[in-house]
Amino acid sequence: MSNDSLDPRVNRLKLGDANAVIKVEEGENWNVYEVFHQEKRGAHHEHVGCVHAPDPQLALVFAKEQFARRKKCVNLWVVRSADILAFDVEDEDMFANNLEKNYRDASGFKVMEKINKFKQSK
Amino acid sequence: MYGGGYIFDEPNGKQLREEQLHDDPEKLVAFEERIARGEKIEPGDWMPAEYRRQLIRLIEQHAHSEIIGALPEGTWITRAPGFKRKLALIAKVQDEIGHGQLLYNAAETLGKSREAMINDLLSGKSKYSNVFNYPAKTWADVTVIGFLIDAAAIVNQVANAKGSYGPYCRALERICYEESFHLKQGHDAFIELATGTPEQKAMLQDALNRWWQPIMHFFGPPDKTSQHSEKLMQWKVKMASNDEMRNQFLDSYVPKIWELGLTLPDPALRKNPDTGRWEYTDPDWNEFFRVINGGGPCNAERLQVRKWAEEEGRWVRKALMNPTERRSLPVA
Repeated sequence: MSNDSLDPRVNRLKLGDANAVIKVEEGENWNVYEVFHQEKRGAHHEHVGCVHAPDPQLALVFAKEQFARRKKCVNLWVVRSADILAFDVEDEDMFANNLEKNYRDASGFKVMEKINKFKQSK
Repeated sequence: MYGGGYIFDEPNGKQLREEQLHDDPEKLVAFEERIARGEKIEPGDWMPAEYRRQLIRLIEQHAHSEIIGALPEGTWITRAPGFKRKLALIAKVQDEIGHGQLLYNAAETLGKSREAMINDLLSGKSKYSNVFNYPAKTWADVTVIGFLIDAAAIVNQVANAKGSYGPYCRALERICYEESFHLKQGHDAFIELATGTPEQKAMLQDALNRWWQPIMHFFGPPDKTSQHSEKLMQWKVKMASNDEMRNQFLDSYVPKIWELGLTLPDPALRKNPDTGRWEYTDPDWNEFFRVINGGGPCNAERLQVRKWAEEEGRWVRKALMNPTERRSLPVA
């Protein structure tokens, strides 16, 4: 086929038939890894997105290219998406806090009242 | 704007649940109320089948546009005038490929595999933004793309970032942040030619004349002819009409072109002071459909380059397969 492209690379590629059928097999783009980045030492790692990679080491390499090429980043974590266990979003109501829970709260304990009462009783 | 009619609707291993194929009216009401309240929809949430299909189409074609859009510019890396321009262009092209990855990931959360998306691009089933079917003949074309095509893309992406699908919005936030650099470096290179020698100015004017029609096509057919979907607006898949976005683009960027003493090849182009809206000659929409259906100057080349990359890269992907899983220690 004739290719009068302006692209110097294209002219060297000797591209084949435009109608050729190229099929990418399922799985050829590897696994998905979730990426967590840390902006500064001491901060939490935060989820920023994911990359496709064949193994965790390369996932880190790709994550560095994808998520750390501009803003400050001091560390990255990757984990296979399939290894993340999460609750079903439809079960969200299980987190509803409808019980009285102030026994778990600092505000649930009135020490000053007791101290004042004790001092007055003297 | 990422036009084309193909919508993914084949099972690809991840079957939709029965209730997703036939929308449950009660769930639909709850879903629409969530969107009306401004809540984001997340991957595991219930969603109408049509919402899923339209989002896959939109995000997938946006992803393809990023990847294909890097091709006309990538061509110019070796010929960029000067070290700083070359660095900026390399960074921009890398960003565009990165944006493609972010968007493919967002589309994947809806159930279509990346491989299936790439196959649909290569077979021509799935489309990408029409502007990338035109050649970048001179360096001035690269500056027009970097300034005006990226500006148009930003108008679209800023609107879509307020949409209802969480993963798409998050990807777009990151993309918009990086695109602001693309726009600025494009504007800078554009101004340099516009204020340069007579030859540079003439080269820029020529590029602008050639790109004006594709730019006017960018946001898609006028509202009066496009199948305008109330539903997609209500579901916050589509955030503004084609004409609305085109008008917003003209309002922001035509003055920036005119102030440099350049002209646009449309004598009717003006802002109506009474309505506050831009008036223009309708671009040739038959040409738009001809190009989007494969008749443009670069359609074949773009797909051939992508096919070549897939074929020639296959042995690398295969060689990296079969990872030897190593036992890992806790990270913290």
